[in-house]
Parts: sequence; structure tokens; C-alpha cells
Amino acid sequence: MSKRVALTGNEAVAHAMRQINPDVVAAYPITPQTDIVQYFSQYVADGKVKTEFVTVESEHSAMSATIGASAAGARAMTATSSQGLALMWEMVYITASFRLPIVMPVVNRALSGPINIHCDHGDSMGARDSGWIQLYSEDAQEVYDNILQAIRIAEHPDVMLPVMVCQDGFITSHSLENLLIEDDDFVKAWVGDYRPDRYLLDLSKPLTMGALDLADYYFEHKMGQAMAMRGAGKVVEDVAHEFAKRTGRKYGFFEEYRLDDAEVAVVVLNSTAGTARPVVDSLRADGVKVGLLKPRMFRPFPAQEIAGALEHVKAIGVMDRAESLSGIGGPVFPEIRSALYDACERPAVVNYVFGLGGRDMGPRQLKQIYEELVRVAKTGKCERLVTHFGVRE
Amino acid sequence: MRSTRLPGWKELPRGGVILDAGNAKEYMTGEWRSSVRPKWLPEKCIHCLFCWVYCPDASIQVVDGKMTGIDLEHCKGCGICAKECPVKTKAIEMVPENEPRARATGGETT
Repeated sequence: MSKRVALTGNEAVAHAMRQINPDVVAAYPITPQTDIVQYFSQYVADGKVKTEFVTVESEHSAMSATIGASAAGARAMTATSSQGLALMWEMVYITASFRLPIVMPVVNRALSGPINIHCDHGDSMGARDSGWIQLYSEDAQEVYDNILQAIRIAEHPDVMLPVMVCQDGFITSHSLENLLIEDDDFVKAWVGDYRPDRYLLDLSKPLTMGALDLADYYFEHKMGQAMAMRGAGKVVEDVAHEFAKRTGRKYGFFEEYRLDDAEVAVVVLNSTAGTARPVVDSLRADGVKVGLLKPRMFRPFPAQEIAGALEHVKAIGVMDRAESLSGIGGPVFPEIRSALYDACERPAVVNYVFGLGGRDMGPRQLKQIYEELVRVAKTGKCERLVTHFGVRE
Repeated sequence: MRSTRLPGWKELPRGGVILDAGNAKEYMTGEWRSSVRPKWLPEKCIHCLFCWVYCPDASIQVVDGKMTGIDLEHCKGCGICAKECPVKTKAIEMVPENEPRARATGGETT
């Protein structure tokens, strides 16, 4: 039975982790992820979980200890933000190459420097090519549901890849929200027991992990990773389908909002999608055909499906809460634009870099973006490919 | 021994793991050796096995407690065996890689 409760995004994560009851959690507190570690360590202290909680001295160690536990055969988790993820970097790639099904909540925060503790997606977007599946969450409900689904996705025999579950720092992580949670027995049965086919502590089948891999084998192992990532989308879909059957809450690669007959659309991840929805409604009430696409799965990138959902639109604004510092805008932009390259009537696709370091993006600003896109759709001309929205000149 | 046809990506175990025990032996790393190799002089050898203890690889070949030669397919040429050899006139000496390998030097793997 689902139960309606009020939790912050971080509480929702800690609650899900308590219900999953992992064998090992090795984590280090960092703003704005701190609550997750704090609440979870309280569960450990109170005997609410059987988890071996490792209080490590850094995030590099957090990821390393989680890798070690997972390689040994345990269901292991950690959680981080921003600089923590940056410090884990080396081990983040190794997790994926070892094909360890570790689920890591990431509470999105701007990367230093300058030092900043507020939300943007620079941290997880930097890790987009690390070989982890990435799920993005709009609110506490999606964070909770994504964590439960992530365990099943990661541990699926056709996948065996780590998963990051991202939410917006402070905006989602520290806001109290109404959400439905499942009871402990449901979650226990949903995640099931973790039974890896190969693990280091299986003394009957010894194996070596992390051996040197030179020009004669490295490429083949990378190919294995690439193909696992390519095939993971099918499992993400299947797990979402089963989750919907059991809970009634539906998930896909992305969410479309009033997109069917839209002439103008915004693509945006996480909490800003929630801000955009009423803006779409108010513009629709004025007869303007606008819509919204909120990607949930960014890795693997569902290029074909996104193209299918957007190709009928005349002008698209891809909103990036991260600056790639590539000279051509944020990280989501080139992927969406490239996905639409094969469309018969290619829409105009422009980029809005916004909200860096936690700068607010409210309904008024989103309305302005929609109005600009309407002008682009009408004239077929865009003044700028990349706009840094809300920055002072 | 390694077959000439290397396995394709679909045939390899997931995550680059190695399932066979002790197969590092099949991976010939002796070609990494730079410019010198150890040469064993069996007539001087007192079989103390200091070289076997100090070798950072596993390139000193020993049978029944007796030194039998040097595995040049894995030796990196670090010279520690020659340095540690307690025999005054040295039972192991480092020689240039381009010096021909004589059969008389004993168990050198060719």
C-alpha cells in the first residue's frame, strides 16, 4: 500500500535507502547531500537497517570502498554532490568499467570555482561520459521512485552498470514535499536479494579484477561497456513498466507535457520542468501552442525517441543548467540538436544556459523564453544560438 | 600459450575480469626490458636464492631448491638480482641486450 507523507528530497532518498537496506554504504557528507548521510547513519545507529556503514575520510575513499564492497559481492551504495563527485572522479569511471551495479544519489550542486553550494548540473553533467546510467528527477516523488527503479536497472543481468539518480540541490533536496511512498515489504520484494554471478568473495570461483589491459584488449572491454549502455534503455523501459503496474506511477525516457500539437517547446531537466508546466498552461490559455519535454534518462541518451517527440515542433529551446565551457553552450544542447539532424523538417534549436550557481529560474523568466521561441518559430530566424539567460552584462 | 586469434568483445567476461588463475605467466612482459639483461653463471652460483627472494617479478627459475636459470620472457632487467648476488665475483651479471645469448649460460628461456 502506498502512503502519503511529507518528505524533503534528501529524506526521500534516505527513506528509500533504509527500505533497500543495502549491505554496505560508504559515504562522506557534503552540502547539499549531507542530510542523506545524516539520516541514513541514524537508521544504522537505531538498528533500522543491517547495513555496514563505512565512515570514510573522503569521497575518493567513499567510491573506492563502495567499489570494494560491490566487487566483493555486496549491494553497496553511496551518495554525493559537486566537489564530492569531483573527488571521486577516478573511481567513478572504474565503477562503470568494472560493471558494478552501484546506485548513487547525486544532489546537483555547482562545481568550484568560484566556490558555490547551490544548484546547477555542472557536477553530474561532467560525469555524463563516465559510463554511468543517469536518471534525473523533478521532485521528491521522482527521486524516491527513481532510486527504487535504479536498483533493478543497475543489477539487471543485461545491464550491470552503475546508476546516478540526480535531483536539484536545495530546490528539491531541502524542500518539503508531498509524496507517495511504498511500504517496507513492497520495497524489499521489489529490489529482491542481490545475487551477483561473479564476485571476489566467491572462493569457489576465484577471479581477478582490475588487471592491466593494453592495446590488445582495452578496446574490446570498452565495446562491452558501450553495448551494455546502448542496451540499458530497454531495461529502463521494462523496469518503469513494471513499476507503473505495481504503483500506478508512470515513467519513461522523458516526460512530454502538452507537446503533441506544440509549435514551440522547451527541453529542461529536473525541478525547472515543474516551474515550466504552469507557464505552458497559461500560454496555452492564451492560445499559444507551447509544450515541454523533460528528459528523465540522459544516459543512455534516447536520441531517436527524443527526436520522434520533438521533430514536429518549429522552435525548441534547450535549457542547460550547466555551461560546458565548450564555446557552444551547455551539454544537453548539442545532444538534442544532433538528435534532430535527421528530422525531415529540422526545427530551429537554440540553447539557454541558465541558473548557474543556484540563480533562480521563475515562471516570469520561463515565459520570456517561450515568447522568444515563438518569435523564432514565426520568423524562422534566431538571433543567437546560445543565450546565457539572466546573466548581467 | 596464447592463441594467435584473440577473443572478440562478446566472448570476453564482463568488466575485464580474469577467470583463470595464474595466467599472468602467459603474458610475455620480457619485451619491456630496456637495454640490459641478467646473465647467470652457473659455475659460480652457490644457490643461496637471494636473487629469487629479491626479484620483484618471478623471473628466477628454481627447481628443488636449486637455481636453474632466468625467465627472460618476464624479466624486466632491473638488475636487483645481480646487485644482491653475494658471490664476490658475481654469479649474475648484467649484460647488454644485444650480446648474443649463449646456450652455456644455462636456463635462459629463448
